Amino acid sequence: MLWALVFPVCVVAAISISFSKDNQEIFKVGIYQPADQVVHHFQLSDEVFIGTVEYQDFEKALERIRHHQLDMLFSATQPQRYWINETSTKAHVLEKLLLATADPVFVRETVSGRQIRYVDWVIPGVLGMNVMFGALFGIGFVIVRYRKNGVLKRLQATPITPMHFLTAQVVSRLTVLLVVAVLVYSGCNYFLNFLMLGNYLTLILVAVLGIFSMISLALIVASRIASEELANGLLNFLSFPMMLLSEVWFSLDDAPDWLVGVSNLLPLTHMVKAAREIMINGAGIMAVSHHLWVLAAMSLVFLGVAAFLFRWNEK
Amino acid sequence: MPPVLEVRNLRKTFKNLVAVDDISFQIEPGICFGLLGPNGAGKTTTIEMIEGITEPTSGEIIYRGKPRDKSFTLEAGIQFQSTSVMERLSSREILELFHSLYPKTIPMQRLIDLCDLEPLLKTPADKLSGGQKQRLMFALSLVNDPEIVFLDEPTTGLDPQSRRNLWKLVERIKSKGKNVVLTTHYMDEAEILCDYLVIIDHGKIIAEGPPQKLMKTHFDYFYVCIDKEDFHPKQGYFDEPLVTHNGHVEIQSKSVEATLQNLIQQDIRLHSLRVRNPTLEDLFLKLTGHSLRD
Repeated sequence: MLWALVFPVCVVAAISISFSKDNQEIFKVGIYQPADQVVHHFQLSDEVFIGTVEYQDFEKALERIRHHQLDMLFSATQPQRYWINETSTKAHVLEKLLLATADPVFVRETVSGRQIRYVDWVIPGVLGMNVMFGALFGIGFVIVRYRKNGVLKRLQATPITPMHFLTAQVVSRLTVLLVVAVLVYSGCNYFLNFLMLGNYLTLILVAVLGIFSMISLALIVASRIASEELANGLLNFLSFPMMLLSEVWFSLDDAPDWLVGVSNLLPLTHMVKAAREIMINGAGIMAVSHHLWVLAAMSLVFLGVAAFLFRWNEK
Repeated sequence: MPPVLEVRNLRKTFKNLVAVDDISFQIEPGICFGLLGPNGAGKTTTIEMIEGITEPTSGEIIYRGKPRDKSFTLEAGIQFQSTSVMERLSSREILELFHSLYPKTIPMQRLIDLCDLEPLLKTPADKLSGGQKQRLMFALSLVNDPEIVFLDEPTTGLDPQSRRNLWKLVERIKSKGKNVVLTTHYMDEAEILCDYLVIIDHGKIIAEGPPQKLMKTHFDYFYVCIDKEDFHPKQGYFDEPLVTHNGHVEIQSKSVEATLQNLIQQDIRLHSLRVRNPTLEDLFLKLTGHSLRD
């Protein structure tokens, strides 16, 4: 009951923090290594219509230009330069605006690249979210129900150990979810023909580790409780922050650092980001290895904690 | 022969409640051992401590001369009072699953024949009736060809026919020389199946022994019963001990012949007359002052 009251407030708060900037922006400008004067310049000129995002990583910023996710990128390092994507109409308009209002002291640079449709960007998130719900609720609920109606107690009377039981749950659920994910991917791809620049095997590895980590997380939730209502609340408590903060629907580029920090604690974030880099940027296994290590470590820690906490019955 | 199982000073407390209060007993080989008592007496807690499901607060459980350990699960067959199995699996799948969990098992077909499961093999577990489910759970307790089988109130909630079927199954495994440990609050079940009984109430043992011996020890009389409305002694009183119970007068008769003569002398109508042996129910009432069903 309390959860029903607190939950909507949390959702609204998370969204409002993520989108705390004015939403009337028409143009989005990236600023690399911002110098006060550049920021100042853009804030003065049509501050309502132009949003600025600061970047420390130049490559990342340039990629946003290539994919039409940023309309223009500025660098304050001398000589001061700006980048636009030649195929972006918004970039051309913004360039005209800039040249009309500022001294033309900037060096013009261009890049090109296919526009990333929102669907290309969002599909790794949607697929990730799908397996997250399958893993958390699929396994969490089943084990809690088994404990409630005595199936676990019956298994306790056999020679099977908690580790055996949990491993069997992980392997069977992982197989099912992986097959489902491949089918959903193939089905969506047939209709949407989305961008996939990377290697399928790497993508599958990301999926396996992502599913593994989330199943292990569900096992912690299901390790002791015997109430399906409580399990439901706890699983919502885990799944909704992931749905909102793991960059499933929107990027957290503009979000405050602490929120990005929270996001990095969530396994779905690493799964979605790794999948997105593989699909949109064609990243190889080494380029996403930091996400893979985090997922593997999370999986093992969660599984260890689940095995430690696990009780066959509620007593 | 040394006992198969020995329980020494077993005790279990839950917060302020003492569920099992320092009980000790032995189970001799090859018998059906019964724990009899009303609901809440501590039967299930006792049996689950022996099985290793519930951790005792204190006390020892010795199996074949050694403290019971995890390997006990290989030699024990367990049927709980209320457990379930994976509801979407068919009976055959459940049998196969449990079959796969043990290194030593009884052949599937033998188990299916023993428990009459052939017609139920394709039925999902959640579509089984109460009696059918108990038969399946009974089969699961036998899947590892156990040396000792624990049955916790196996017939509670079953119709009379299913109860009798289950009794037949218990007789069958008894005849194979297995040990059976049974809890029940049905005295007829205890009388029919058990070779040795421990009667418990409020977590304590109040009597134990083979059923016939228990009765002989505590009763040296029969009950001669007559409807209360027929019982009007001519002399105004009756000189044998009696109790009134459920509209009957029950005379505790040391000699049925003498009592009958006495009744005839007192001009009491005898058309509702019935003579019966004392039952475990009577024993329980005598020992505790309350009935098994209270």
